[in-house]
Amino acid sequence: MEVTTAPAKPQFSAAAQAEIKRIINQFPEDRKKSALLPVLHIAQAEFGGWVSPEVQDLVAESLDIKPIEVYEVSSFYTMFNLKPVGKHVLEICRTGPCMLRGSDELTENLERITGAKVGETSPDGMFTIKMVECLAACGFAPVVQVREKYYESLETPEAVDTMLNELRSMVHRPLLPWEEQKTKS
Amino acid sequence: MGRKLLTEHINVEGIDTFEVYRKHGGYRSVEKALKTMTPDEVVEEVKKSGLRGRGGAGFPTGLKWSFLAKPEGVPRYLVCNADESEPGTFKDRQLMSKLPHLLIEGMITGSYALGARTSYIYIRGELLYVLRILEKAIAEAYAAGFLGENILGSGYSLDLHVHPGGGAYICGEETALLESLEGKRGNPRNKPPFPAVQGLYARPTVVNNVESIAAVPVIVNEGGDEYAKIGIGKSTGTKLISACGHLNKPGIYEIELGVPVEEFIYSDEYCGGIWKGRELKAVVAGGSSVPILPTELILKTATGEPRLMTYESLSDGGFVTGTMLGSGGFIAMDETTCIVRNTWNFSRFYHHESCGQCSPCREGTGWLEKVLHRLEHGHGSLHDIDLIVSVAKQIEGNTICPLGEAAAWPVAAAVRHFRDEFEWHVKHPQEATRYGAVYPGKAVLA
Repeated sequence: MEVTTAPAKPQFSAAAQAEIKRIINQFPEDRKKSALLPVLHIAQAEFGGWVSPEVQDLVAESLDIKPIEVYEVSSFYTMFNLKPVGKHVLEICRTGPCMLRGSDELTENLERITGAKVGETSPDGMFTIKMVECLAACGFAPVVQVREKYYESLETPEAVDTMLNELRSMVHRPLLPWEEQKTKS
Repeated sequence: MGRKLLTEHINVEGIDTFEVYRKHGGYRSVEKALKTMTPDEVVEEVKKSGLRGRGGAGFPTGLKWSFLAKPEGVPRYLVCNADESEPGTFKDRQLMSKLPHLLIEGMITGSYALGARTSYIYIRGELLYVLRILEKAIAEAYAAGFLGENILGSGYSLDLHVHPGGGAYICGEETALLESLEGKRGNPRNKPPFPAVQGLYARPTVVNNVESIAAVPVIVNEGGDEYAKIGIGKSTGTKLISACGHLNKPGIYEIELGVPVEEFIYSDEYCGGIWKGRELKAVVAGGSSVPILPTELILKTATGEPRLMTYESLSDGGFVTGTMLGSGGFIAMDETTCIVRNTWNFSRFYHHESCGQCSPCREGTGWLEKVLHRLEHGHGSLHDIDLIVSVAKQIEGNTICPLGEAAAWPVAAAVRHFRDEFEWHVKHPQEATRYGAVYPGKAVLA
């Protein structure tokens, strides 16, 4: 008889667990749920740039709330990816001030260079293109965000090349313990 | 050259560290307030300063503070609104990433004035890298004894935390922000009760913009009366202007309120004129929500007075010929800009960002986006132009929060001042939808 095992349940790393505990302590004891958004950010960084239903269930468990309380929040805010994404998500600002300085052309160029259409992932799994609204960088338009990094004033093909080359060899670092976060600039 | 009350030291090497910030006079307001002033005296100075909320609404900060309910034995909160997401606005991000200790100092002094023992900075989720800068600075302030138990031996204790959002423009609205801080969807609350009575966890809460809180240290140090000497009339002090769009020198400028708009756009001290030697066509002066104005009305009021960078001068003429200072998000558009495309872009933004609670906004912003899309792409009719004005009117004033107005005003203003360009899109669709098409002026409509 063939034995089938359920897929392993996702688990937070020790650094992530410590960080979640630190964040929960920032709120009154009966208000653990307040930590939901920061914990979702941690989860997304830990599990490949998106939050699967299983990961969201884990988030619920870590905060003693019901899974639906996580789902209704993760689907409201635009930063949480609910489907698998490429290694890097290119979040292109499409709002007025960026449009005035060439975000439409930038989007076309990034589609052409990466081979991914808006909302899709490139065949090599490297880039996902996601259109986002204003990133508060209007004076340095057009702008692309990748995880915690802003790439600004992408007005020339050279600037775009530099960004993509940097990303191709970049590895997203795991979360650092708080003591190291504090001392790192 | 005007005075720089917030950004004087912004380019000093290492100013993001406690040590250097302190060396340049940092945290003096905490010492002065905690050692020599009562909380009410701090509130009084802020009232005297005439400081008005820098997030966009322009409500007097001191007055807002004085509304805070103070029932015995109930905790109260100061929450900093760092959810900067109004298109055209990027001042708070710069201020926090370069001068994190200025915001922290303002939070400590402000929390003392309000009697808050725990305070939060709610920062938009996209700015996680700024959150790390702030957390590092907060750790330094704790280590130096400016946060935590019994600050400077005064008996006053405060904990300060930074909390990220998840990507939602609506969380810049203060009650949506509080919902979000409680770990929920960012649906704005019905008011009353106002946050001053029932805010975070239904406790009395004050929510202030980053720039408002950053102005508190200088007000406490120099006194409210001194602060009020800067500026004109009820527009006191300095304001950070985020200048963007088709300018030679986009960026953040701290101005003394009262600088003429023309000087701000064209002088080399500020934006240095319009890029590529082109002419200015229109300006959105206070973030995407405020009415757009054509060049002639942004440089001069309808009565021919020079327009100044103040709350009053920019709103001179109401919405017929004026606009608002708003958040100070100053978007300049050159002569090649398509107003219809720009209006459609903003409408798409508001449709995307509507939380969906109120039908007029949820449905109306969708209508605006769709009808503007067909106008921009050459499929519209003349009736559509009246239709978007009508839809905008039906959203305005019929929603729980001001996102409805924010979506409606730019559309109404664009049609008010640039109706002929909308008509051109209807009457000459082939020409108007050509790549890079530029509206040639009224003559073609004859």
